[in-house]
Amino acid sequence: MFSEFLADYNYIVVIILMMTGLYVVFASRNLIKKLAGLSVFQTSVFLLYITISKVSGGQPPILEKAYAKDYAGLAPETLIAAAEGAGKAAKGHGYNLDITYSNPLPHVLILTAIVVGVATLAIGLSLVVRIREVYGTIEEDQIEKADYIYNLEGTAD
Amino acid sequence: MHDPHVLLRVISKFLIPIIALFALYVQFHGDYGPGGGFQAGVILAASVILYALIFGLDAAKKAFPPSWVRIGMTIGVLLYGGTGVVTWLLGGEYLNYSVLAHEASHGQHYGILAVELGVLVTVTTVMIAIFYAFGSRQPETDERDW
Amino acid sequence: MALMDYIPEWLLIHGPAVIIVLPLIMAAVTSILPGRKPAWFVAMLVTIICTVTAFAVAIYNLKTGVDVYPMGGWDPPHGISLLIDALNAPILVLITLMAVVSLVYALPATLAEVEPKKRAPYYAAFLLCVAGLLGMVVTGDAFNVFVFLEVSSIATYVLVAMGAARDRRALSAAYNYLILGSIGATFFVIGIGFLYMETGTLNMADMGRILADLDGGSRVAKVAFGFIVVGLGLKLAMFPLHNWLPGAYAYAPTQITMFLASTATKAALYLLLRFVFFVFDPDFDYVANVLQFLLVGLGVIGMLFASLQAIFQTDARRLLAFSSVAQVGYMLLGVGIATAASVTAGYLHLINHAIIKGGLFLAVGAMWYRFGITRTADVNGLGKTMPWTTAAFTVSGLSLIGVPFTAGFVSKYQLATAAAANGWWWAVFVIVLTSVLAIFYIGRLLLAAYFQDAPVMEDGQVCTRNEAPLLMLIPMWAMAIASVLIGTNILGASDLVVGASERAANLLLGLGG
Repeated sequence: MFSEFLADYNYIVVIILMMTGLYVVFASRNLIKKLAGLSVFQTSVFLLYITISKVSGGQPPILEKAYAKDYAGLAPETLIAAAEGAGKAAKGHGYNLDITYSNPLPHVLILTAIVVGVATLAIGLSLVVRIREVYGTIEEDQIEKADYIYNLEGTAD
Repeated sequence: MHDPHVLLRVISKFLIPIIALFALYVQFHGDYGPGGGFQAGVILAASVILYALIFGLDAAKKAFPPSWVRIGMTIGVLLYGGTGVVTWLLGGEYLNYSVLAHEASHGQHYGILAVELGVLVTVTTVMIAIFYAFGSRQPETDERDW
Repeated sequence: MALMDYIPEWLLIHGPAVIIVLPLIMAAVTSILPGRKPAWFVAMLVTIICTVTAFAVAIYNLKTGVDVYPMGGWDPPHGISLLIDALNAPILVLITLMAVVSLVYALPATLAEVEPKKRAPYYAAFLLCVAGLLGMVVTGDAFNVFVFLEVSSIATYVLVAMGAARDRRALSAAYNYLILGSIGATFFVIGIGFLYMETGTLNMADMGRILADLDGGSRVAKVAFGFIVVGLGLKLAMFPLHNWLPGAYAYAPTQITMFLASTATKAALYLLLRFVFFVFDPDFDYVANVLQFLLVGLGVIGMLFASLQAIFQTDARRLLAFSSVAQVGYMLLGVGIATAASVTAGYLHLINHAIIKGGLFLAVGAMWYRFGITRTADVNGLGKTMPWTTAAFTVSGLSLIGVPFTAGFVSKYQLATAAAANGWWWAVFVIVLTSVLAIFYIGRLLLAAYFQDAPVMEDGQVCTRNEAPLLMLIPMWAMAIASVLIGTNILGASDLVVGASERAANLLLGLGG
């Protein structure tokens, strides 16, 4: 039972990170801490994707030098066929692909997701900077207090 | 005059060109191994940011003016998008690099080079832009308060 | 159609890519343009070209059926493909049209609502937002949906925050929107990850096929479905997840409020339809359960609760925002009943509500532009001081209530008959009840505007007539007239949208389109 637990420990780390992040987002009243929680939450998803891309026994999805030379002259269709048959053999083209590679696709997806995360964080932090300049605080409670009269009057100035 | 940061300044002067060079290595090695525009762009931006940390933001803004940053962001996107427009003009689908050269595989090669270059420019300038934007804010605490 | 002859064939084939690529590239160019006028002009030009393209592609699709565009020449399911079918073509047209209409309004409005230095980047961010929304609707690749969702969301956070020039609460509203929006998008991407685990593909059509083969799939697919529904629920402001919406709508610049209200939640709702009916299938028992109990239940509670909340709002824009949450409930009810008639009604309400709410937000924005009015208590006598604006507000407001001969009536009637045909008489009762509640919150504004005297200003003079500028009146009235046209079926407007909704519903429920 314990070994099963260890075999899935990546997922357990994912769950712990995910819950930690979400908890921090909802529980803390400090705007920066919330963003930190959001980042942890997003990072857990990166780990999830990387975990599912791992093929047991597979090596990093970088073509070995010799194979890279073989691939240099190939059309995209052949490459797709090779990718599908990776591990078996793309016999029709005479290339032996004995090596098992891990799935590269989730890595690419996560590269995009990381960039999205960076953009979100940058926007979030710049919003906090602006809020701090306008309200003089980054504590949600104090912002709400400062806006309370504002809300009652409901005017812009 | 006694400069407390002389060690940092000398060493970073050595390091910054090497970091920039390493960025280019990562960029062009992207064909054969791990690397590419994203990583190279961040490394290249790191060299400018290191310069700003050691020599001050004003010096960095002289070396890499903010106007370059704004134009660079646009040029990078245009390089990426423009590659696609060129493939349109050559009769292919958007970003179908195969039409860029006589042989499909060469076309793929040129296409990804152009696109990665666009990514490099954009990522570098965006990273520097974020740094400048946060760094240029008026600090509320004085240097001596630390 | 004779008009189609003028459209080059190249545009028809590459149209799906053009409508994403053009605004994306031009957004980069717009951001370095020197002033507000050139930026506005570029944005206008781009959105008009996108509108024409979207129309052409939609009509082309009507003739030829499903149109798949392989990005980069990589065929699906390996490559990213763009997809045009009866379900998303109307939404594309809606988004591009709303972008054009809101841009007309923006030319005078941004002068008052956005800081001078930020006006060119404002249009750049707007173009990014348009590109993101179009992208998430047109793409056939599940992960691509997430990327475009985030492109549009991040642009939206920026745009909402730009409302800080007139109201500082825009900043905290944008921040809340950012936190909740990012959580929603992350939930969505977790769901996509689980779906990828289950099916091994990212192409939505391929996913649907594989899931059907697996007969709904294992627990992984169920978890994926849960995450996707919650994530999209946050984005489309499903009832308990709607907290970000009133703030974001109330304090954003008017053009953005109008554009968001009429497109952003609608695009998210489209995605929900796409995933529930196209990737998953209502025949799977867990999907059927979610539809029947969760979507219908939350939709109905949302309709009642948000309508009640709208009645007690003191800020006119917040009132309309809560009403938007209630209207989302109607659409969810339509989707949840899951018969051809009800999905048609839900889809139809999606289009109609975009037009109605767009007109209402524009009218309220014009009231702020002339008199600085945001509170419901301040609208006294507006019928005399801004007659045209108030009249447009009245038409759109009546349409929101669902008065006969307006767009709101058409879709609400359809929804009620669909619910009745399913034997759900309580749902019909709820629809009628919330329409009555709508009479309260809209009627309160109308009564004050028409039957109260114009306020006396500080120097003792009575407010005189001060109509909104023409560039604001035109889009406002375009929305109002569109809603009457749909309501009365003049020029076949009603048949057009109902037909489009029916085709979409038939496609979704596999009845052949």
